[in-house]
Amino acid sequence: MTDCTFGFVGQKHKFVVVAADRSAARSIVVFKQDEDKVLELDASKLLGSAGSAPDGVAFTEFIQKNVALYEIDNGTRLDTFATANFIRNELAQALRRGPYQTNLLLGGLDRESPLYADDEASLYYIDYLASSNKVNFGCHGYASNFILSIFDKEWHPDLTVDQAKDLVQKCIDELQKRFLINLPAFTVKVLDKDGIRNLPLAANE
Amino acid sequence: MSIMEHNGAAMIAMAGADCVAIAADTRFGLRQQTVAVDFEKVFRMTDKTYVGFGGLATDVQTLRAALRFRLSTYELKEERVMKPKAFANLLSHVLYEKRFGPYFVEPIVAGLDDDGKPFLCGMDLIGAPVFCGDYVVSGTCTPNLNGMCEALWRPDMTPDELFEAISQCLLASVDRDALSGWGAIVHVITKDGVTSKRLKGRMD
Repeated sequence: MTDCTFGFVGQKHKFVVVAADRSAARSIVVFKQDEDKVLELDASKLLGSAGSAPDGVAFTEFIQKNVALYEIDNGTRLDTFATANFIRNELAQALRRGPYQTNLLLGGLDRESPLYADDEASLYYIDYLASSNKVNFGCHGYASNFILSIFDKEWHPDLTVDQAKDLVQKCIDELQKRFLINLPAFTVKVLDKDGIRNLPLAANE
Repeated sequence: MSIMEHNGAAMIAMAGADCVAIAADTRFGLRQQTVAVDFEKVFRMTDKTYVGFGGLATDVQTLRAALRFRLSTYELKEERVMKPKAFANLLSHVLYEKRFGPYFVEPIVAGLDDDGKPFLCGMDLIGAPVFCGDYVVSGTCTPNLNGMCEALWRPDMTPDELFEAISQCLLASVDRDALSGWGAIVHVITKDGVTSKRLKGRMD
């Protein structure tokens, strides 16, 4: 719950931003401040995770390898909806055996898929109980109490990348000011038709 | 808070004269926080059978996939469409299979028989069915829903009257429940087809 991952789509669904904090901590000790919690499943998918660290890493890497396997087996990539459903199914099956305590945000960009317009970005909010929702913006963890209100006010469908940068900065500033847990650094990744890149922010320099 | 109230739901199915309507809210929340306002809880099983799942959202999605599979298998093997009563029995069986580790949903089934007569069924989370002739409700505000339906339901309503009644019942009930609301969708099933409409309600 003290971990945070948030994300949103922008510019009429032409890009998606997924961000997460960089702290790896247990109890009162912080192990490292440069943990990357936004995994790149492939060149067109981002998976941000929040929650229990071992489950987060084990599950997201499992998903990453299965997504890669699908591409090898079938010669084509899974689209974002299919990936979200695959993730949801894995979580749902594990739920009543040995649940993964991990909340996820899946951001993806699709072309040549029957469900999406070309180069359409989408964001899926998947919680640890395995419910999946397609959303315009989302946030996991206690941080959602702060960030969702900012998104409600400031997000609109025509965000440019520069405006997205400002929005992310606003969210981070709010957390660093008002959230009890110290989150000094964030990973912020943008996915658009040119691929995945890090969004440079003042906080990370 | 009970696990059935983790996500929040409200749904009604009502019978009219040769028509049924099924309506549900569209809120998806995690306890007090609302996450999405377009979460589908009512699903088309066949042209004449709709089912609504109220309860834990993950089980709503799991059950939807499981039932779609069972129904498709049935239609492939039997080469015919499943009747609403058979579907309700199937659902009851699927739920009871998990008697000691249940799906946390309380479904309602609304359908039209082959002779056009309405079929309504409500179930608890382990599949105990109740077959009604007037209305069935499910969700986090069932006292509200039951009260509204008791007041506004009357026999032999036309599809338009049925739509009006079910909509007013749902909107009034969810307005007094924090965990449900944030949008609603109504499906009216008649022998000529299904009309689906989204309701404009309070988004709080």
